[in-house]
Amino acid sequence: MHELPVTQNVLEIALRHGKAANASRIMSINIVIGELASIVDDSIQFYWDIISSDTIAEGAKLNFNRINAEFECKVCGERYKLQGNELVCPDCGSLQIDIVAGKEFFLESIDVE
Amino acid sequence: MTIRVPVVEKIMSANDRIASQNRARLDNARIYSMNLMASPGGGKTSLIELTIKNLAELLRLAVIDGDVATSIDADRAASAGAVAVQINTGGECHLDAVMLQSALRQIELDEIDLLIVENVGNLICPASFKLGTHKNVLISSIPEGDDKPYKYPGMYRGVDALVINKIDLLPYVPFDMDYFRRGVEVLNPGLLTFPLSCSTQEGLDSWISWVLQQTQSNRII
Repeated sequence: MHELPVTQNVLEIALRHGKAANASRIMSINIVIGELASIVDDSIQFYWDIISSDTIAEGAKLNFNRINAEFECKVCGERYKLQGNELVCPDCGSLQIDIVAGKEFFLESIDVE
Repeated sequence: MTIRVPVVEKIMSANDRIASQNRARLDNARIYSMNLMASPGGGKTSLIELTIKNLAELLRLAVIDGDVATSIDADRAASAGAVAVQINTGGECHLDAVMLQSALRQIELDEIDLLIVENVGNLICPASFKLGTHKNVLISSIPEGDDKPYKYPGMYRGVDALVINKIDLLPYVPFDMDYFRRGVEVLNPGLLTFPLSCSTQEGLDSWISWVLQQTQSNRII
């Protein structure tokens, strides 16, 4: 559980960019979370409601865009998603794989007034 | 009217900024540093004790211990012969760059060659918080089971070396080393591993020589 410091970072980034855009209110915050990022979006929402009060981001809607983990086999080029526990290439059994998606964790944009 | 402002900023960037400041401080003082992570009971403190005992005559060591409460671990490091600083995180499940930054202020950095940071016992959160140390090391232990790479991919992906502790228990515990290593290899190809036992000290030599060699080459550069 480290969602509190994570949420504080979200607030800091959002307020900084909101200020730079001369916003009077931040309406929504769009966050991209990969499946492998170990972040629970419900917990972020919980902390958000507490720490955003009395800021221009108070009441802002948090939108989470979840990205599924995706792998690419370096040997046969097979692209695949997580299947149970096994991470090896389902096509050729190779261990040499690239994680092509799922590590993302960034604040993509804010909607301001 | 609502306007969309593009941001595209990593959410951990604030922590990462302080982590790079920590690294700069350590580099200026010519300190080599490692961040030791493991689940509770994985053997962090035992490995640190043995590392201190084996290297205390060759290197000046400091240990920063992160724990939710108590100073048991820092006390063990101090009695083994290192400068020890305790950080009680007060409930936080990991150390972050800010906590390390303030702990570094409590150490005479010019008098240290090797800094070992003992993170809070946890396989999830510490992976997300860079501290600024030169190496991130994970200790996995046999009784935890062979499925840990599959269950905690974030932790296995982000480390520079893996200690496989308690290998003396292999005959007594169901642990499929091939399955374990396959998971590690997928997540972190070519990862340096040190199978060892803190109890019997089997395999400890290669760990100690690696730490010594890393620290010495850092002092020469």
